Amino acid sequence: MKNKKRVIIPIGPYHPLLEEPEFFSLYCDGETVVDVEWEAGYNHRAIEKLSESKHWDQVTFLVERICGICSTSHPFAYCNAVEDILGITVPERAKYIRSIIGEMERIHSHLLWVGLAGHFLGYNTVFMWAWKYRETILDMFEMITGNRNHYAMFRIGGVRRDIEDGDIPSLRKVLGEMEGKLEMLTRAVLDDPVLAVRLKGVGVLTRRDIKDFGAVGPVARASGVDFDVRKDDPYAAYPLVKWKVITTGNGDVFDKAVVRLLETFESVSIIRQCLDAIEGKKGEIENQVREVPAGQGIGRHEAPRGECFHYVRSDGANSPVRHKIRAPSYVNIPTFKASCTGQTISDVAIILAGVDPCYCCTERVAVYDAGNKKKLYGFPELVEMSRKKTERIIKGEMK
Amino acid sequence: MKLADSLKEKLGERIREINIHNERRIYLTVDVKDLLECAGILFREMDGRYIVASGADNSGSFEILYHFGFDRQGSVVSLRVLLAGKDPEVPSLSAVIPGITYIEREMWELLGIRFTGHPGLRHFLLREDWPQGNYPLRKEGATEGEKSEE
Repeated sequence: MKNKKRVIIPIGPYHPLLEEPEFFSLYCDGETVVDVEWEAGYNHRAIEKLSESKHWDQVTFLVERICGICSTSHPFAYCNAVEDILGITVPERAKYIRSIIGEMERIHSHLLWVGLAGHFLGYNTVFMWAWKYRETILDMFEMITGNRNHYAMFRIGGVRRDIEDGDIPSLRKVLGEMEGKLEMLTRAVLDDPVLAVRLKGVGVLTRRDIKDFGAVGPVARASGVDFDVRKDDPYAAYPLVKWKVITTGNGDVFDKAVVRLLETFESVSIIRQCLDAIEGKKGEIENQVREVPAGQGIGRHEAPRGECFHYVRSDGANSPVRHKIRAPSYVNIPTFKASCTGQTISDVAIILAGVDPCYCCTERVAVYDAGNKKKLYGFPELVEMSRKKTERIIKGEMK
Repeated sequence: MKLADSLKEKLGERIREINIHNERRIYLTVDVKDLLECAGILFREMDGRYIVASGADNSGSFEILYHFGFDRQGSVVSLRVLLAGKDPEVPSLSAVIPGITYIEREMWELLGIRFTGHPGLRHFLLREDWPQGNYPLRKEGATEGEKSEE
């Protein structure tokens, strides 16, 4: 660095809490962040290349391994892509089951985020609540699919398992309890004056930023961009049930939290309607697919973090010849350049977390002085700074 | 007006080939010389949303698909350019689409497609000392090219 006053804060690459190691460099002038650089590839598993060596059906389970939190997003988008090549639709019952799994995943992923956001701000009660409620969703997953995560429910042409009528009453019961808890959590978070001070006006993204970086999901919807694949390019059971796209307009971390919390209520409602549609009925859950003809297909799914995009090309053989995967974080993370610049270091933890970037790199943050390479802070100190700021606000020392 | 018709109207003669897979999936082929202009029209003038780009090795030649989302119509429009030869080169779209720099770096290191005018064409997913000329996503495999010194 030419300017010795600038300090580079490396964040990452490894963190034991979540997957996807990544590396950020924060360029700071005093307490203010002036630029952010993003480096990826620390856990590059070459899944696009691997996919070219697997059978069409195996790829479904390969892509499920991309993400541990929203593990059904990738099979969902991949199956949509292959079904786009085939020009087929799935049986109605399979559509409902697909949407139920997709929405249950959204609830647990958003709750996970709310918990982590609370943790970064020093609100560990929020963390404990949110993760406790999330647990009941994972129990529901175990009951329906046999697994708490990596549900292996999807296959090209339909789903692998049916939802039994006997399971539906207990699902409804959990959903009912969940709604009350979500309401309590949402009110507690949104009415809290300290959280409002910490989150409002922090890490703002304008509509222009969203357009330039192509950001998607709750990040875009918090800035007033009402794009949602489920509504705009309908698939599975989303056009068959009633629900609305949640948008807000301020683009700060607070609005991102609002969007995520309100979306969980829509998800509960979608799941209920889907259960109504399949209860007491019998039906096919898959269309048998024997082979995939030559051609190309695009499949999308609105994952909890935004649009998940798969492009698949076939030459008529057993495996894809090209499989391009774009996870939502790939376009959401570059927005840090806009949202972190001009903010203080103590707000960076929550801004980075605000995007919900499968955040995995925070534990190994260290602050180095660019001039003499002396270590100034580690991530624990950064989180501590963030918490102290909250404490000072509570005590009324600052606003 | 249907999306395919307005695309034909805006891009006109520059479209070499149009493949309407269905109403929601449209593939357009254009020449490399027209790429910057066409991408500008799709991204700025027609307000397409940048989704991502995907490069592919067609065994001997290359191609890039730039995917744009037209969300009001629920459609994806993919702009295709075909690149001949073993050492392909294409203008970078970073001046038009600020967010595209990362995927261009990725296509450069994995497929060996050079992007002229890119603000910082360096490794993104692969490590800095990755052997030169070794492009893992090419069909001939990652074993060819210069071997690592290790």
